[in-house]
Amino acid sequence: MNDFFTVTGLTRTFGGVVAIDALDFAQKKGSIFSIIGPNGAGKTTLFNCISGIYRPDSGEICFQGRRIDGLKPDAIARHGIARTFQNLELFFRMTTMENLMLGRHIHMRTNIWHGLTMFHKNSTAAREEAEHREKVEHIIDLLDLQSARDVPVGALPYGRQKLVELGRALALEPSLLLLDEPSAGMTSDERQDLFFWIKDIQQELGVSILMIEHNMQMVMDISDRVLAIDFGKKLVEGTPEEVAAHPEVIKAYLGED
Amino acid sequence: MFSQLIINGISSGSLYALVALAMVIIYKASEVPNFAQGEMATLSVFVAWHFVNAQFLPFYQAVAAALLFAFAVGVLFEFTVLRRAEKPSILELIVMTLGLQMFIYGIIGWKWGAEQKTFSLPIAEDSVVQLGPVVIGWLNIITIATSLLCVLVLYLFFTRTKLGTAMRAVQMNSTAARINGIRVHRIMSLTWGLSAVIGTIAGILFAPVSPLDPQLMWDPLLKGFAAGVLGGMTSPFGAVLGGYILGIIENLFGAYISLEFKSVVAFALIVLVLWFKPSGLFSRHYERKV
Ligand SMILES: Nc1ncnc2c1ncn2[C@@H]1O[C@H](COP(=O)(O)OP(=O)(O)O)[C@@H](O)[C@H]1O
Ligand SMILES: [Mg+2]
Repeated sequence: MNDFFTVTGLTRTFGGVVAIDALDFAQKKGSIFSIIGPNGAGKTTLFNCISGIYRPDSGEICFQGRRIDGLKPDAIARHGIARTFQNLELFFRMTTMENLMLGRHIHMRTNIWHGLTMFHKNSTAAREEAEHREKVEHIIDLLDLQSARDVPVGALPYGRQKLVELGRALALEPSLLLLDEPSAGMTSDERQDLFFWIKDIQQELGVSILMIEHNMQMVMDISDRVLAIDFGKKLVEGTPEEVAAHPEVIKAYLGED
Repeated sequence: MFSQLIINGISSGSLYALVALAMVIIYKASEVPNFAQGEMATLSVFVAWHFVNAQFLPFYQAVAAALLFAFAVGVLFEFTVLRRAEKPSILELIVMTLGLQMFIYGIIGWKWGAEQKTFSLPIAEDSVVQLGPVVIGWLNIITIATSLLCVLVLYLFFTRTKLGTAMRAVQMNSTAARINGIRVHRIMSLTWGLSAVIGTIAGILFAPVSPLDPQLMWDPLLKGFAAGVLGGMTSPFGAVLGGYILGIIENLFGAYISLEFKSVVAFALIVLVLWFKPSGLFSRHYERKV
């Protein structure tokens, strides 16, 4: 069947609270898979389990045929899974460029002397660094971050910080990208751009995207599949049309506006 | 006279700068001042002394061995004690470093006794260099040069190497570092090792002007701590400047105002800084927007 990314019987509790409750789903390679659900439904907890920040109580997470549940975040990153956070996790005193270069950490081969290039311009380290910079410049161009390039991230407006985090995740060259509410806090113009960039990332870079998003318009327009959860349980999963037609989803999202 | 005082001030400031640097590196990564830093350095200086005294190694090899030893102690403490604690609170961390402090203090007393020893650099005690009107002792020159060299090497390490950049990343935001694939535990161990090495370099430079006993680093540690606070505790650059400034002010104060109260200057400075600029004199701040 599908062996790109599968979650089986995943459960995670906090004290008495069951945040994720025997959750199953599978994502196809190259697709955009969205997760919706009210606040407190367990969406972020799911991401924390996938990215190794939390250890699941039980269940399996398989990525490209390998069990990855219970691994540490740095090991998950080296498996090719990158993520962004609902509340940004960035190096706020570093520039956009430096943040993105840190995103390339796992690809840097020359260990200790990487970047000590002022002495020998043709060294392996110098060539490697140039290679990384080129990749990062490419991402900066893609996300239109040129003007933020050498600015400390803490001094940027919120919408741009979110883009820097997206860029940092891309710098890892992931096969699977987890986005936790990427458009939250963005202006509608920024959201529009983000919408196209996420499409570009999927289509041009071939990255599979697993996304938590509250903006239903965006979810309906770009997702291949949608999973709705509540109280850590699956409510419904299917194409955007199928999910939008589900009575609970209509009640939660469409009815209340 | 004045320039002489400045030179002496820079020399003691060099030690404070190294001690402060060692402290700030840990503080940024673990959010705790390492109260065992002084004893870790003292133990390593004793190791060097032991090698030289037993005619087991010549001076420079003994120092190199002591630095390696210090590195191992730092790594080992992080690996065997700190890492075992599940999400320790700041207070628990402080207690752990205080525990280590007493443990090492006990070991030094047990192994080498409390009686004072001498550990000097292999240079003529009072050899000096005459620079115009200023006379500089070789010991001061070596101290200042070593500290400047350390600062330069550390600067290059932190800004130009993969490992140093990863250390800075862990210090700033360990979640973000982790998610980028940085092995945070490994980096923490290495950070503790690095800090212990820097502290030991300060100890070896300080030993020639002080009797070598278990309390060797008490005074420089307190001064280094003051220098760190002066510089904001989170800025290595600030810590180094804080060290030099404290050394100079302390020496001028001792000469022109009161020799008795010279060592109180450090604490007066801490209080003033905490009153007027709690984030330290040199810390830049970008508030995190949420
Ligand atoms: N670290 C934690 N400790 C205790 N409870 C938690 C923790 N993380 C999440 N939870 C709980 O798990 C539930 C799901 O939270 P979360 O995954 O953040 O929801 P969502 O992202 O869907 O809004 C909530 O009830 C929340 O209080
Ligand atoms: Mg959430």
